[in-house]
Amino acid sequence: MFPLGIEPYLVGGIIIGVGVGLIYLLTGLHATQSSFFTTTLSWFSKRKHFQKEANVKERSWRLTLATGLVIGALIYTLTLSPTGFWTTSVQVWRLFLGGLLVGFGTRLSRGCTSGHGISGLASLSKTSLYAVIVFMGVAIVTANIVQMLGVAP
Amino acid sequence: MNKRNIVVLLGGILFGFGLSYSGMTKQEIVLSFLQLEDLGLIFVLGGAALVAAFAINVLAKYQKKPVLGGEFKPRRRILSWNIIIGAVIFGVGWGISGQCPGSAVASLGTGNLPVLVGIAAMFIGAYIREFLDS
Repeated sequence: MFPLGIEPYLVGGIIIGVGVGLIYLLTGLHATQSSFFTTTLSWFSKRKHFQKEANVKERSWRLTLATGLVIGALIYTLTLSPTGFWTTSVQVWRLFLGGLLVGFGTRLSRGCTSGHGISGLASLSKTSLYAVIVFMGVAIVTANIVQMLGVAP
Repeated sequence: MNKRNIVVLLGGILFGFGLSYSGMTKQEIVLSFLQLEDLGLIFVLGGAALVAAFAINVLAKYQKKPVLGGEFKPRRRILSWNIIIGAVIFGVGWGISGQCPGSAVASLGTGNLPVLVGIAAMFIGAYIREFLDS
């Protein structure tokens, strides 16, 4: 069940929680990710829907958060990472098709693994609990079907 | 950069460091969880949610207001069909690709450039959703 042990998972999770908690205690913001797509689009689309006050107000800190994610992963890669820079072997068509559904689905669901999964569960939200059960269950079934069809990894 | 964004940047750096430390920036590791071969992801999500829950439900109660001003508001959403249907669609995408929004963005910092295709697709997906909503 845990071929790589549980240490990297648990320690990594705690570091993520400290980051999310720090942002909340100092600013009151929930460091969630999927809204980043919508708020960033407000820089490019003149459509009224993207120009909503909430999108425009949040877009700078959400872009900053995304930048932090990249810098944090870069620091890890340059310091503690045993493998250094790395590239996935998941096929580009899967990255594209999966990404399309992730972008659409997380916005329809108003949350993703960080929004419903971390901040929602941490806020004791029942709605987020149902969302997590649904997206995790569906993802497990999907990944197994993809694997059964002979697509690897 | 204002104080708030500096805090967000520092917290985001921790977030990205934790995501890569736990292997979540590798789509293969996420897929091995979804294929039920390595259940470690539960500890990432559980560990992060527990620490965040302590901040939101315990520390914030003592502190009363965020240090930089504003109000504490737990993240709550009213349950709707959109939330459940969206979760189904997100689940299919996650299961196909092993990518979710945060881990995909952080993955760029590990030099994983193919994931740019996934991130571009997420923008397109989000655009279509908001377009249909308007």
